[in-house]
Amino acid sequence: MPQKRVSLRINGRDYTHEVEPRLLLVHYLRDMIGLTGTHIGCETSICGACTVMLNGEAIKSCTVLTVQADGGEVLTIEGLGRAEELHPLQEGFWECHGLQCGYCTPGMILAAYQLLLRHPDPTEEEIRRGLDGNLCRCTGYQHIVDAVQYAARKMRESK
Amino acid sequence: MPISKLVGARVKRREDPRLIRGLAHYVDDIQLPNVLHAAILRSPYAHARIRAMRTDQARRHPGVVAVVTGNEIRDQVGCVPVASQNPTLRVPKRYVLAVDKVCFVGEGVVVVVAEDRYAARDALDLIEVDYEPLPVVSDPEKALASGAPVIHPEWPDNVAFRFDLKQGNLAKAFKEAERVVKQRLIHQRLAPIAIEPRGVLARYLPGEDELTLWSSTQIPHILKTQLSVMLKLPENRVRVIAPEVGGGFGSKLNVYAEEGLIGHLAIKLKRPVKWIEGRRENMQGTIHGRGQVGEVEVAVKKDGTILGLQYRVIADIGAYHQLLTPGIPPLTGLMLSGAYKIPALAIEVTGVFTNKVATDAYRGAGRPEATYVIERIIDRVAQELAIDPVKIRQKNFPRPKEFPFKTATGLIYDSGNYQGALNKALRLSGYQGWRGEQRKLREKGRYLGIGLSTYVEICGMGPSAAMPAGGWESGTVRVEPTGKVTVLTGVSPHGQGQETSFAQIVADEFGVPLDDIHVIHGDTAVVPSGIGTFGSRATAVGGTAVFQAAQKVKEKAREIAAHLLESDPEDLVFSESRFSVKGVPKKGVSLQEIALEAHLARNLPKKMEPGLTATSVFEPANFTFPFGAHICIVEVDPETGRIEIRKYVAVDDCGKVINPLLVDGQIHGGIAQGLGQALLEEVVYDEEGQLLTGSLMDYALPKAEDLPRLELARTETPTPVNPLGVKGVGEAGTIGSTPAIVNAVVDALAPFGVTHVDMPLKPEKIWRLCREKKERRAEGAG
Repeated sequence: MPQKRVSLRINGRDYTHEVEPRLLLVHYLRDMIGLTGTHIGCETSICGACTVMLNGEAIKSCTVLTVQADGGEVLTIEGLGRAEELHPLQEGFWECHGLQCGYCTPGMILAAYQLLLRHPDPTEEEIRRGLDGNLCRCTGYQHIVDAVQYAARKMRESK
Repeated sequence: MPISKLVGARVKRREDPRLIRGLAHYVDDIQLPNVLHAAILRSPYAHARIRAMRTDQARRHPGVVAVVTGNEIRDQVGCVPVASQNPTLRVPKRYVLAVDKVCFVGEGVVVVVAEDRYAARDALDLIEVDYEPLPVVSDPEKALASGAPVIHPEWPDNVAFRFDLKQGNLAKAFKEAERVVKQRLIHQRLAPIAIEPRGVLARYLPGEDELTLWSSTQIPHILKTQLSVMLKLPENRVRVIAPEVGGGFGSKLNVYAEEGLIGHLAIKLKRPVKWIEGRRENMQGTIHGRGQVGEVEVAVKKDGTILGLQYRVIADIGAYHQLLTPGIPPLTGLMLSGAYKIPALAIEVTGVFTNKVATDAYRGAGRPEATYVIERIIDRVAQELAIDPVKIRQKNFPRPKEFPFKTATGLIYDSGNYQGALNKALRLSGYQGWRGEQRKLREKGRYLGIGLSTYVEICGMGPSAAMPAGGWESGTVRVEPTGKVTVLTGVSPHGQGQETSFAQIVADEFGVPLDDIHVIHGDTAVVPSGIGTFGSRATAVGGTAVFQAAQKVKEKAREIAAHLLESDPEDLVFSESRFSVKGVPKKGVSLQEIALEAHLARNLPKKMEPGLTATSVFEPANFTFPFGAHICIVEVDPETGRIEIRKYVAVDDCGKVINPLLVDGQIHGGIAQGLGQALLEEVVYDEEGQLLTGSLMDYALPKAEDLPRLELARTETPTPVNPLGVKGVGEAGTIGSTPAIVNAVVDALAPFGVTHVDMPLKPEKIWRLCREKKERRAEGAG
């Protein structure tokens, strides 16, 4: 299979690799970069477990080719916060019990990240609608909504 | 008894830091050098003979290391196990890859192993299989009809098993009945859909003759035993690790063909092999839940007193049994009297083979079906007799002083106050006010419905005598020489949060900070023994084992302390992680100092073994029976069929609560799945056994927008079954919610003459129903 050279900035670091043109971005992130915090849950862009930020927009990395992301900037869950300084969303999910098995969580957090970029002060309805591209089978979503509200509050306060 | 500081507190989870940063390791996140990737070719036919296979091209594909068919390994890998003591059970052989014939869409036929996952997947397309299609039985009722094609020719028909239960004088009950109410009910098939699909990674070390298998499983210890049988390996050479597991809901409470197959391939190829299930495979090949069609009939008096109940049900088993398949429908039978006194019962369960994937335990496993039957029929009776659904329930509840309460099905409900939970739910929901609102809105042509469900469920599984594969659980507590505490548990949490709640139990017992405790689970080489996480048993059984192990450790520590302090053990008091002599607080020794002494073992009481560790295996004497009352208020728009949930109140009683935050989370998630069944979810196969809901684009899971804000409250009735008083809460939300929602919708549509609607209550179905009823009325009037 012919290879194509791609260069991406991922979580602030630059990477260049030769990849198969059909290589999915999620497999590139997981298998070649070793960032396994991005998960695969459905392969059809429904569940959102693979959500990452690409050039400032939340995308489903299970249906994006790596070559489509060439030259782009990617943010994954590993780049969002640090142990000693969690992102307010990570903190919110922890404080509000916004996760159980944790599998949907990285994607859910990144979808919420985009939501808060667009709506810093969302209503509950806006949060629920904004997260419709991400499925969680454990929590019933209520604590996730609480977590996003917690983060929104905290981010507004720190501005 | 120390003053409890952590048990009962809303402690945030200790599991979360790794999960919110993407640092946890699910099966697919584990990287082993030299690993191979497996992909499985699956049957596109529901029922077909395999006439021939051509795999040469696949074998020659670059990167392909092996291509293996069912016939090649039929004698090397044992069949998929089923655990059941039902004497009527018929067990067709289920090979890990199909041999000669396939019996459902998605059954594994050929496995390809390659250097990377893309190559393995590519090679699947190069395999040719000649199938000779056979007649298909998809519908379980048709499968029972005479002349239906027989799936397994070893037997004359498609009956998989029977289970009957009869108690009391049913004939008399129906003779004395002032009213008999009958209803046919369908419990549609559901897909559990853990967001992490299944996955298996196996590594065999030939020198050590050791197989390590990482699997996304709820039952690592049971899997270890079963794998050793399937692979004919001595059990002490098999190690199973359940790493981070991304949800289960019963779908990973099993021993699957792929676990045996991938283990076998790792041994044969002497290289690690990984298989990660795709979502389409998951919909086709991982167990489904529910799948029952039944007819219930109750005998009642005019005042609503239930005299007797009869239920005939056909359970759709699928083509083969999985581990607990035959055990699920009987649970429905056992729980059919619900929260009511029903003196006479008869239950007939018929398990039926169909050309579909197996049904097995999905959250609630048999109890949602039972609860739905009894909660729907009691509402039907209330409607027929024009009694308020609250009053009819109250009339038939056992009183608190009647507990332990023996049901006609032979169970003994441990403790309960059903009226108490209902009263609280009525108060919190403003029930009477909503009845007034309903009348007002009806006059305006708006349709509000109020639905109740007063459920009781069976969990804390369970006494071993009543379980197919052991009902005990193990816990080990070890105080390390530095004073840190290690807890090993045989349960296998995958989202429930027992790394936190078990630490709370031990922290209170020892008076040490939570951060000094580490809970380990899911590794059969580290945790000496265990059963696993299912049946809402982990805290009631596993938590008790941990609690008792901690108590044993503390008793040993007391003896060491007494020896060191030259005092009588009885004269010591324990406070803030320190034993001291009564009245002489300065004369004392800390748990950490005791642990160090126990390990150094230079100054221990005579004949005492060194170390400060203890294991306890807890065998519960009974199940536990959580209960509660859910009230759901809906408004239905007959013009669009849309159902809006205006209010949802859940009052649940799961006995003592260790961590209210976790309990709320379990209830929320449970209700979401119950709502999914009521309103959205449905596995659909066509007549040819083709799965029409084969992806998440076709199978509707509840999204954030589909759920209302849930209002939760609790009553607390401890169980006498274990010393913690905890009952279990993993499935209660699912069990309680489904009938509350359906009852609400039926109540809303009562003015249309609707008495029942089968799930899922999709807008189209509701719209059609309303139209049909209206038209019929117009015709009648005309």
